[in-house]
Amino acid sequence: MVKILFIEHSGEEHPVEVVSGGSVMEAAVNNAVPGIDADCGGFCSCATCHVFVNEQWLDKLPPLGPNEDAMLSLSPDRRENSRLSCQIPVVDTLDGLVVTTPEFQF
Amino acid sequence: MSNATLQSPKQSKWSMVGKDPQTIPIEQIDLSHPGIWHANEFLPFMARLRKEDPVHYCADSAVGPYWSVTKYKDIMEVDTSPHIYSSEPTIGIVDTFEKFTLPAFISMDPPKHDEQRRVVQGVVAPANLKNLEALIRSRVCEILDGLPLNEEFDWVERVSIELTTQMLATLFDFPFEDRAKLTFWSDVATAIPGGGIVATQEERWQAIQECMAYFTKLWNARVNATPGNDLISMLAHGEATRNMPPMEYLGNVILLIVGGNDTTRNSISGGVLALNENPAEYDKLRNDQGLIPNMVSEIIRWQTPLAYMRRTAKVDTVLNNKQIRAGDKVVMWYASGNRDEDAIANADKFLIDRPNARQHLSFGFGLHRCMGNRLAEMQLRIVWEEIMKRFSFVEVVGEPERVYSSFVKGYTKLPVVLHPL
Repeated sequence: MVKILFIEHSGEEHPVEVVSGGSVMEAAVNNAVPGIDADCGGFCSCATCHVFVNEQWLDKLPPLGPNEDAMLSLSPDRRENSRLSCQIPVVDTLDGLVVTTPEFQF
Repeated sequence: MSNATLQSPKQSKWSMVGKDPQTIPIEQIDLSHPGIWHANEFLPFMARLRKEDPVHYCADSAVGPYWSVTKYKDIMEVDTSPHIYSSEPTIGIVDTFEKFTLPAFISMDPPKHDEQRRVVQGVVAPANLKNLEALIRSRVCEILDGLPLNEEFDWVERVSIELTTQMLATLFDFPFEDRAKLTFWSDVATAIPGGGIVATQEERWQAIQECMAYFTKLWNARVNATPGNDLISMLAHGEATRNMPPMEYLGNVILLIVGGNDTTRNSISGGVLALNENPAEYDKLRNDQGLIPNMVSEIIRWQTPLAYMRRTAKVDTVLNNKQIRAGDKVVMWYASGNRDEDAIANADKFLIDRPNARQHLSFGFGLHRCMGNRLAEMQLRIVWEEIMKRFSFVEVVGEPERVYSSFVKGYTKLPVVLHPL
């Protein structure tokens, strides 16, 4: 099992435990974590599963793809540590991952 | 938008109105003609294409040959592959004539699209919307409180148009007393000559030039002023837009007018109609107003206020086993994908408590995904919250009249009677 901690914009914490295999977006949606809309269902084509990744985990993630970069570039809330959670696979090496959801998904 | 150059009278050899969707030879199915949309006969034609010929070539139509893409997953593939399927030169089914073409970022590919869109999207970003919510609510309340009770009137005119026009005037910081012009220009921009709004292409063009003159005046006033938080100021001061040619400015203005007007207007009307056609769903709403946000997504799916977007293949490619050639027109029928049973369970049912209601195609996907989606949702949510505080039943009392267009899917008239709580 892989532990992921989602922290809402308000500071409220939502720890979840999931089996490896899916995406971080699915881990949130399947555990009713608020703040992730995932309108497109995981196709990297809506940017409504935007998260800010805790700095210490950034270099453990797969690199930002061109489509993800393009979708994120349309978000006014983008930061250095912005990622789309549908593009982060849940793998054992991410056990303990911490991400914060933005105030709004756009 | 340049979808408005189809020169064809309502009685046309191309119209499929009255034809049997099950027995018509499949190669004759042509979703582009406005007739079946105006007559509300489009659904069974789309259903047949999804089943028998999901990527469908129409060799001969009033707008020339084109592909119809009707399945959810194929639409998603086209919408998310801008390197294969270009938004240039136009997203309308009709090829543009140079004289009548208005460039706007909806019909541009990256990187120019991304640069121009970034300039204006802040105005409709959720952080800004939070500040607008109280204003929108007060305007909704004022409109609803001014409506007659127990007496027939046209919901389209008194509520849907009035509300979306007021909203647009606010976003543009447009002179409020002149706001009816915005509605007119929005209608003109997508009008088909002979379809009821304008008689000829020249008449349409004249109205667009008036629009141009008006907005040039506003630009000139704002370019030298302290930048305000409105769309015109954003365009006039934005790095990527402040030197844009006048026609491009006009194109983007019209894009923002149409994008923010027709779509929300027709979803406001469409929700009233859907609840009347599905009384059990209206009862669910009366029993639990917490369903409103979910219902809003379902209304937007159900209505699909823009029936399609067009792309043009940049290279030879294969889509769901069909060979598409570079230069071919490819039309994504969102109105069909939103009824695709393989992607959406019970797709032909209007269910206000539908699971995953947000997963619909009405906003498109990928880089061109609707910029104003959150504003639209907020407006619809507030409208329904305030309706439910006042009326036990918004009763549709006559046949709705529909727009003569295969692009703008909506209503020109919806007779209703309001019943108080």
